[in-house]
Amino acid sequence: MIRNDFPITPELVASHGLKPDEYQRILDLIGREPTFTELGIFSAMWNEHCSYKSSKKWLRTLPTSGPQVIQGPGENAGVVDIGDGQTVVFKMESHNHPSYIEPYQGAATGVGGILRDVFTMGARPVAAMNALRFGAPDHPKTRHLVSGVVSGVGGYGNSFGVPTVGGEVQFDERYNGNILVNAFAAGLADADKIFYSKAEGVGLPVVYLGAKTGRDGVGGATMASAEFDESIEEKRPTVQVGDPFTEKCLLEACLELMASGAVIAIQDMGAAGLTCSAVEMGAKGDLGIRLDLDTVPVREESMTAYEMMLSESQERMLMVLRPEKEAEAEAIFRKWGLDFAIVGVTTDDLRFRVFHQGVEVANLPIKELGDEAPEYDRPWVEPVAPAALASDTIPAGDIVDSLLKLLDSPNLSSRRWVWEQYDTLIQGNSLQRPGADAGVIRVEGHEKKALAFSSDVNPFYCEADPYEGGKQAVAECWRNLTASGALPLAATDNLNFGNPERPEIMGQLVFAIKGIGEACRALDFPIVSGNVSLYNETLGKGIMPTPTIGGVGLIADWARMGRVAFAAENEEILLIGAPAEFGTHLGQSAYLREIHGRKEGLAPHVDLAAERRTGDFVRELISKGIATSAHDLSDGGLAVAIAEMAMASGIGATIDEPKSDSAVASFFGEDQGRYLVTVAKGAAEGLAAEGVSIQHIGVTGGSSLKLGSVHAIPVAELKAAHEGWFPRFMCN
Amino acid sequence: MKSAVVLLPGLNRDRDMIAALTKIGGRAPLTVWQTDTEIPDVDLIVIPGGFSYGDYLRCGAIAARMPVMKAVAEKAAKGVLVMGVCNGFQILLEAGLLPGALMRNTSLKFVCREVKLEVANANTAFTRAYQPGQILRCPVAHHDGNYFADAETLARLEGEGQVAFRYAEGTNPNGSINNIAGIVSEKGNVLGMMPHPENLIEAAHGGTDGRGLFESALGIAA
Repeated sequence: MIRNDFPITPELVASHGLKPDEYQRILDLIGREPTFTELGIFSAMWNEHCSYKSSKKWLRTLPTSGPQVIQGPGENAGVVDIGDGQTVVFKMESHNHPSYIEPYQGAATGVGGILRDVFTMGARPVAAMNALRFGAPDHPKTRHLVSGVVSGVGGYGNSFGVPTVGGEVQFDERYNGNILVNAFAAGLADADKIFYSKAEGVGLPVVYLGAKTGRDGVGGATMASAEFDESIEEKRPTVQVGDPFTEKCLLEACLELMASGAVIAIQDMGAAGLTCSAVEMGAKGDLGIRLDLDTVPVREESMTAYEMMLSESQERMLMVLRPEKEAEAEAIFRKWGLDFAIVGVTTDDLRFRVFHQGVEVANLPIKELGDEAPEYDRPWVEPVAPAALASDTIPAGDIVDSLLKLLDSPNLSSRRWVWEQYDTLIQGNSLQRPGADAGVIRVEGHEKKALAFSSDVNPFYCEADPYEGGKQAVAECWRNLTASGALPLAATDNLNFGNPERPEIMGQLVFAIKGIGEACRALDFPIVSGNVSLYNETLGKGIMPTPTIGGVGLIADWARMGRVAFAAENEEILLIGAPAEFGTHLGQSAYLREIHGRKEGLAPHVDLAAERRTGDFVRELISKGIATSAHDLSDGGLAVAIAEMAMASGIGATIDEPKSDSAVASFFGEDQGRYLVTVAKGAAEGLAAEGVSIQHIGVTGGSSLKLGSVHAIPVAELKAAHEGWFPRFMCN
Repeated sequence: MKSAVVLLPGLNRDRDMIAALTKIGGRAPLTVWQTDTEIPDVDLIVIPGGFSYGDYLRCGAIAARMPVMKAVAEKAAKGVLVMGVCNGFQILLEAGLLPGALMRNTSLKFVCREVKLEVANANTAFTRAYQPGQILRCPVAHHDGNYFADAETLARLEGEGQVAFRYAEGTNPNGSINNIAGIVSEKGNVLGMMPHPENLIEAAHGGTDGRGLFESALGIAA
């Protein structure tokens, strides 16, 4: 007999991450002291990671619907209509805490978890992205973390067989103690074949599928809801170990099982494993669940009920099956070498009852476990904007030197070292790979249709102004999709912040969500899924607010797609949506930060109405075949954007001298809502749109880039600078 | 001509391979499962890429011991064309149908990029649609593609024209000896190669250099 009768002391409660008032809530709810296993279950369900207790109030304000939205937040992933009876199913989720503790497995299981979320809905994963943020390059842990995270992402995704089509990699000292690993996955499913987690029917078998349960990851979700301190290494056992081979088999088995008509409800075992999945299936379906732990497939001996309920072993699923299909279902799982066990039954008593070795170790009200989680209206203070940049303090640098330095800097250099470790081609549908504005894949079985994906946020903007930064993250994502020629459909948000119990951090969260909501409404770009990661702090020092936005867009005909590379020599270069000076805003710019080490000034303002007008116009130029190449302007401004177009094509360009007092602001300013587009000679004549500025700023051609009056730089030299930093940093 | 694709758990470029065979050959290949002990009458058997059995133990080692591989060996002995790409190549080596071994890339990292291939022997059943010495574009995506064979084996491979493809123009992505990217068996009816011709067969892939391999093996005039 394994003990379940540990005395519940205040220390034990605290070590489960539960506050005294939260524990009192448990006592009030069940009218008695919880058992040890029950305490574990509450801790798993009521931690920040699973309950969103600090963010829920604000998340509710986000727009989550639209004619294209089939399923918004609340399921394993969002579902969006892409026409022809097809849907795209997607979500982004963080695996920050585990990836810092054990980078390879942390990142690998982050990828595994998000893929599982997608195929749990019945969709075959077709694209992945990863938004990674690391500490300063010279921090002693950074290279180790980059190496481990990148090989972990690749190790899992490559083996599973999904192309990684995009992502982000950023460095800043504010992530020294808390890196961010945000994993995105998207899948395709027919609209009439989506699967949900809501159980239906009393007395039906609850089936456990996939890998065996071990002791790995016990308490992982609780760990992910805590700050780090010096004892961080001791948390290593809370990180799960991934097995992409089993996940691939699980994918094939699940899709086969779904096609057989046996599945009533399905939920993957992610954070808080068996506990969270069983409670969710029951609570959503207004049913009780009774589990018999003696039937759970285990890979270690003498596991306690507590351990089984809290294990975060990977590659596991829980399903409610049609009893008459049980034998057929089991045969499919055996074929793929996976475990299949009936571990419980649905009941009508709305209780979550768990039995182990003949003893009832938990008996809790199932609805309350999920719905009655504490919800906080945490105090917050409005963020204070930094001082605006005084124009007389802007150093006038050499444009060419500055451009070369930016291209060779940690945050703007080529990420080839990273994405060449990811399989970007598998499935044979990748139309645009990492390095483009958006990753694009062809929709299999369809002649012309394609999907575009982009992941974006500028944490420096968010730190300076969470509201504008939140708006900007959405706008930038929308802009990247637009520059690829896609109509942006919907987005997923992955909100990474510090400790919400501090009012200034809570203020960042509140204002970032306000900005995100406003931008999503203005751009008809609803949030259909997401994840909140709080407590990204070490010894009281928080990360920059980092609300990563992952967006999906639809391209009607991929023959007319926006591409970054110049298409030909002697074409006209148009700058769209920009002021007469080309650029003006240097606050929080890459120029100031990377060249002069200054994180100063206001974040750029995003005019959402102009954003939309400009984007709609650019998209039309692409879909009509007028634009021969297209690129949005972001970090590093016009100079970096034009250099990227030149480097991608090997074709040079000559840009007019800007009519401006500051060439630095013209070429490196980060004003928002701007695009570069090329058109064939003469094709720009008569182009106009109400409220959209279109400036002819130069021509393509030659093998050098010439920016205004400064001397020309060979494109080959730009490329050498751009490709230099990452391999140098990683020593190969 | 009829073809069959071998399916094993953990393979993941099976769908790419089936698509290529279907698009170029005009009809879908048959599929055989790892536990099948017989393979229907076909002219070409393909083992696609991926991570069979997770590449645990050693790439291709577990897969090479599954029942279906005995059937593949029997077909190969009868002269049926057998082609293994990436993990398929690793499996053929582990099954003893081709000589040598594939070690971890010298970079010790997974690598996915486009390389250049030289058609080292255009006189095989898999390469006849190409010109001798022709330079092809072709993607690679692998962690263990560093081909090695002892001196004697290498001399035989080189001497008998068994090297079908070589990495060209300094693009060897993995440290393979003699830049070897693909080899054929002594009788010439078994091909193993690390690059992925199936991912470069149509406009959407940005090129069609991989088609020649399928046209050769399926007996389709280019």
